[in-house]
Amino acid sequence: MIDFFHALLDPDLTFLRNAFIVGIFASISFGVIGTYVVTKRISYLAGAISHSAFGGIGGALYMNKVLGFSFIQPIHGAIVSALGAAVITGLVSLYAKEREDTVIGAIWAVGMAAGLLFIDLTPGYFEVSSFLFGDILLISPHDITMVICLDTVILLTSVLFFNKLLAVCFDDEYATLRGVNASRYYLLLLCLTALTVVLLVRIVGIVMVIALLTLPPAVAGKFTTSMGKMMALSVFFCMVFNGVGLGVSYSMGLSTGPVIIVIAGVTYLGVISLKRIKALVKSR
Amino acid sequence: MKSDHAIVLKDVSFSYNRGFVLDNVSLSVKKKDFATVVGPNGGGKTTLLKLLLGLLKPDSGSIEILGQSPEQSRLRVGYMPQHTQLDMQFPVTVMDVALMGRLGSNFWGRYSKQDRIEAEKALEEVDLKAYKADHFSQLSGGQKQRVLIARALCSDPELLLLDEPTANVDQESELALFSILKELNNRMTILIVSHDLGFTSQVVKSVICVNRKINIHPTTTMDGTLVKDLYGGDPRMIRHDHRCSERGHSCD
Repeated sequence: MIDFFHALLDPDLTFLRNAFIVGIFASISFGVIGTYVVTKRISYLAGAISHSAFGGIGGALYMNKVLGFSFIQPIHGAIVSALGAAVITGLVSLYAKEREDTVIGAIWAVGMAAGLLFIDLTPGYFEVSSFLFGDILLISPHDITMVICLDTVILLTSVLFFNKLLAVCFDDEYATLRGVNASRYYLLLLCLTALTVVLLVRIVGIVMVIALLTLPPAVAGKFTTSMGKMMALSVFFCMVFNGVGLGVSYSMGLSTGPVIIVIAGVTYLGVISLKRIKALVKSR
Repeated sequence: MKSDHAIVLKDVSFSYNRGFVLDNVSLSVKKKDFATVVGPNGGGKTTLLKLLLGLLKPDSGSIEILGQSPEQSRLRVGYMPQHTQLDMQFPVTVMDVALMGRLGSNFWGRYSKQDRIEAEKALEEVDLKAYKADHFSQLSGGQKQRVLIARALCSDPELLLLDEPTANVDQESELALFSILKELNNRMTILIVSHDLGFTSQVVKSVICVNRKINIHPTTTMDGTLVKDLYGGDPRMIRHDHRCSERGHSCD
């Protein structure tokens, strides 16, 4: 682990430092939005949103290489298609209550299929797995600016509208009766989720990012009973998972994304097991 | 005439897909009334409540709440849903829940000091001020219902609508609940939807029977005709004061 701290300060290893900074900053949004996703029980929707971001990545690569829009980066495509998927899944779950899961599953798969087709149509070779499972070598200083900007937008919105979002998540019918446009805030929440998911696509990839959105709040939820504290703790846990995961993967020469996810998963399992054992001991 | 009615329904019909849930019903509830809506499952009680709240729109007919349309009057109406419809693991405190009643048309939805004072006052009214920092899910069923009443109260409503406040609540809590409601009835109109077909608290002043059609009964005329309306036949009353056993019949 000591090597890792030395490596972080090593001027030749900027990619590692960039990955660390992106991980720490993205954790702020992940903790806050993840808490809403977990408490509102929409992780399946969030899963569809994150997977369909791949469609946008493929689309952006196609536009970049084939159509010659050199300023369009994969991350821009990811943002656009994740937002699009958020609006569609939101509208489906609001207005077409029946068969909601079917449509969401379809968006999930079609988004990924579209991404792969775009990549097929684009000449040249692309490491698809770097988008699906993350690759910290691809992180640039540009990504850091991006993460900080999106962080600011996500945090400002979710903190400023905290009470309304809380009321909509807890009891949307009642929120409507208090004059809050519940559907609008629900869509806003899904769009914030879309933006958040995109933040960590570089590190953990599209397929696994959903776990980092839900596991930190799930762990935090075991220690606290208020929404605000749950968010703060989730941010903390997410930072720890990202930081430790990066350190372990660097020291052991493993892929970063999977290490982060496994650490998060094992922590969650450990926490619920400990709680269970504690309860059993107490009842004796 | 209009001004002394809290609820006026005129020729209201409503259907979900086929067949009327409510068929050309009219109803008026006077201000300061304490009315209870009863009827069999599927008879249209919940539909009626959602129509009153403006969450559903009638196919035909008109609904007037406190002299306005249901949507316009929303902020003047307090509503208590059944606590079992809520997610019990949700991380909110009792105070958080009560404060939601103060959400209004305020753009950011921030709570002022006044909002907190009102929420605390409402919690005090339902005897739960001591629990304000507790986790909502740790309360008993009856206490949860009372928190939801406090949430409805802190906006100082003129009309209070309650959906089955005594479902999943033990008898002691039910008595406590009704004594609170009786107190509140001095300053607001109360309408309760009840799953209890046969009998109702003494506090209730009038009974609205919903079974596709609406019939209104005062509580004093609880007789055979009312029972027939309710059950659509001649049911038998269960004699809770008598016991049948192998050794024969006994009574208290």
